[in-house]
Amino acid sequence: MDPHGTFGALSYDVGHLLGTGVLVLSFLLLYQRRMGAVIHTYAAQAVVLAAAALWQAIVQDSWHLLVTAIIALGAKGIAIPLALNAIVRRLNIHRSIENAMGIYTTMALGALLVALSIMVVLPTTLQAQALTREDLALALSVVLLGLLMMISRRTALTQVIGFMSLENGLILAAVGVAGMPLVVELSVAVLVMVAAVVFGVFFFRIREQFDSLDVTHLDRVGGLQR
Amino acid sequence: MTELALPGAALAVCLLLALALVSPFLSPKMRARVVAWGCVVPCAVTALLAACVLIGGGVGTLAVPLGPAGAGMVLALDGLSAFFLLLLMLVATAASGSALDGHAEPVTAPFLPLFIAAMALTLLAADAFSLMLGWELMSVAAAALVLTGHRDPDTRAAALLFSGMAILGAVCLFPALGLLAQGGGQGGAQGGIWDWRFASMRAHPPEGLRASAVLLLALIGAGSKAGLAPLHVWLPPAHANAPGHVSALMSGAMTKIALYVLVRLVFDLCGPAQPLWWGLPLMLLGVAGAVLGGLRANVEGDIKSVLACSTIENVGLIAVGFGLALLARAADLPPLAALAMGGALLHAIAHAMFKSLLFLGAGAVQHGARTRRLDRLGGLVHTMPITTACVMAGAACAAGLPPSAGFAGEWMLFQAALAAARVGGLGVQVAVVGVATLMVLAAALAAAAAVRLVGIAFLGRPRSPLAAGAEEVARPAHAAMVGLGIAALLIGLLPGWVLVLAQDPVHRFAGGLGGVRDAALVVAPAADAPGYAAPAIAVLLGLAAIAVAWAMRRWAVPGMRRGPAWDCGFGAPPPWLPFGDPATQYGGASFGQPLRRSLGAGLLAAREAVDMPEPGETRPAQLTVTLHDPAEAGLFAPAAALRDRLSVFADRMQLLNVRATLSVMFAVLVLFLAAISVIQQW
Repeated sequence: MDPHGTFGALSYDVGHLLGTGVLVLSFLLLYQRRMGAVIHTYAAQAVVLAAAALWQAIVQDSWHLLVTAIIALGAKGIAIPLALNAIVRRLNIHRSIENAMGIYTTMALGALLVALSIMVVLPTTLQAQALTREDLALALSVVLLGLLMMISRRTALTQVIGFMSLENGLILAAVGVAGMPLVVELSVAVLVMVAAVVFGVFFFRIREQFDSLDVTHLDRVGGLQR
Repeated sequence: MTELALPGAALAVCLLLALALVSPFLSPKMRARVVAWGCVVPCAVTALLAACVLIGGGVGTLAVPLGPAGAGMVLALDGLSAFFLLLLMLVATAASGSALDGHAEPVTAPFLPLFIAAMALTLLAADAFSLMLGWELMSVAAAALVLTGHRDPDTRAAALLFSGMAILGAVCLFPALGLLAQGGGQGGAQGGIWDWRFASMRAHPPEGLRASAVLLLALIGAGSKAGLAPLHVWLPPAHANAPGHVSALMSGAMTKIALYVLVRLVFDLCGPAQPLWWGLPLMLLGVAGAVLGGLRANVEGDIKSVLACSTIENVGLIAVGFGLALLARAADLPPLAALAMGGALLHAIAHAMFKSLLFLGAGAVQHGARTRRLDRLGGLVHTMPITTACVMAGAACAAGLPPSAGFAGEWMLFQAALAAARVGGLGVQVAVVGVATLMVLAAALAAAAAVRLVGIAFLGRPRSPLAAGAEEVARPAHAAMVGLGIAALLIGLLPGWVLVLAQDPVHRFAGGLGGVRDAALVVAPAADAPGYAAPAIAVLLGLAAIAVAWAMRRWAVPGMRRGPAWDCGFGAPPPWLPFGDPATQYGGASFGQPLRRSLGAGLLAAREAVDMPEPGETRPAQLTVTLHDPAEAGLFAPAAALRDRLSVFADRMQLLNVRATLSVMFAVLVLFLAAISVIQQW
């Protein structure tokens, strides 16, 4: 077995630590009350993800993970947070986070989801390396927490951040598995960039129409009267 | 001759299909007549061929290079299918013969040969593909024929209900055949995993849960077409709204084809090694339909609905016979099984004859008097004497009077039910005794319904100008009715000979020989038991009738005199109606009232509301009667409500907001992950 992928090796420990860091930042995202804090936490998650990718690039000795790390740091750690901050300033929505679920409920659900993903991933991947298994469990947890964030918030901006945090989970899964081609990560990254642009336009349109980013206003536009 | 029968029958099917394809290009004036002639000849010839097979014996198969890839269609003719083919072709000859006068609607005329050919194909099929092809063509053609009077919204609703039930039947029959084919295909060379030929299904009968699933699906699939309770709801509207000769075919032949499919699946393809309880569902559902149909036949106000309800009753009795045969076969009592099976087959062919006759008669009434409503008819015996005579002969069969065709089969079924009362454990015994009791009730109700039909519609005085001005129908319809009447008379007088014709299926599926003796003139439940000698009874009854006639001539007052009818003590009749208002006669609703009140209140939820005007008001008093078939209230209404709820739910799911949609997806994802983890733990 690959000595890097086993418990106790330095490569494993650091990789595990960074993956767990991404997960912990997902939890932090769940209970942020201010828009600015949400964006900063998201940026921090992207930076930790970039660090995880960098570490894997060093350990696996593959240059394309380096590209992934640079994209994660540049796009998600710096560019997108800056753009989001600009939107928040222009729309003046610093405080307008409205949780649909209580903080404690959300946190409890998040803990349950982490337990669930561990119970799903660990038994199904018995043949894989320990690092891959742990990494997949962490990544699935991050994906599920991103989804949870999308449904536990009311405003469009936080839902988009939930979506991008979900995407961070996908990248985390991709970097943990040795031999994942660069094309996958690049295409995911491009997808997120496009999504960010689309969502940005979308925010301004919603704001123009309803003077708020609360997506419950969209219900009226559902097409049919209820 | 017998080896020619199967190719001949297949050729007849091809001819009928070709006729169905060609006839739309004929001019509408010629079409109905050409179609009728084109049906009569091949049907009559095929009936002869089927009779030859039944007399001469011999089983043949014919591989047809058509059908699904790798496995062509296989046709076969054995005793069971030949018996039903004879029945079908006799009815089809008469029904298409009655359309010879060209009064049939030209638009739907091409579907008549298609309908007959599809039913024949269903009978000839020896693999699942041919069977389902015939079955589905039969459903489509029947629905199209019901739609003949499509301008009437009731007709469209009836055709829709019929189509829905046909779809339900197909949805159940396909998996039933699939389950049967699964067993045959293990290691079979043809058709991969599944082998659709009946021969290989027969060689590998299903067992246990799979067999029970086949029984359930066959009961729903074939039972919905046969009119087995509780899926009988489509019969009255569909039969009432179809033209007379189509109702005759549907009631006389199509319900029997469905019973044939049931027998083919349950008796033949599932093999004899099935548990005792298999007979119970058929018996219980059959007797429920018999009682319900008999009761509804007494309260319906439309002559064709009355006949359709009587069909439900008779199909129920036949199903009881098949159920008893299954029970007795599982209990290893071949003579009893043969008695029940023979009775069921005998009653099936007898019912095919007399019910087709009655439906042709009802069609003649509809054609002649332009109405089907009992409360508008009456006195047709004066204007339509030949039709009345034929209908009375058919009604005698429906009432089960000896020595009519209806009596022999019912007598055998009763004998079987009484003899089966000691089969199996206590539960089965109680069920059999209950079934026998309810069969008696059903027979009595059928007799009352027959009396009501003839007494109200054909006797008495006309209740409306329509009935008073009714015209007798043309000669082809008379010929068809008289022909069916003669066939019914022969079956009634010589039931033993019919049983000899049905000997092969009875022997093959019941294990014993039908109880006939003394040159097949006496039908008996056992070789040494007293039997039913129809010819002797007919001779005695004839002698008694001659004696009565002689006595009447000897002592009666000469001449005929018309007196005033009793008008229930009403005041003096108006001057323009010197014999009183015919509407004050005893009508169909009044005749059915005692039964409606005693049994209908419980079984049909019959309610009466009397709207009595205050003194001084000029509006008439009104009696409103509402009836609900329990199957409609207990099965169809909840099914419709469920469908509505599901569609509302689907509608709501489409209109969820962003967060709710995401939540649903999230919940489903989490559910799947949880399921995976639970499965992993095992």
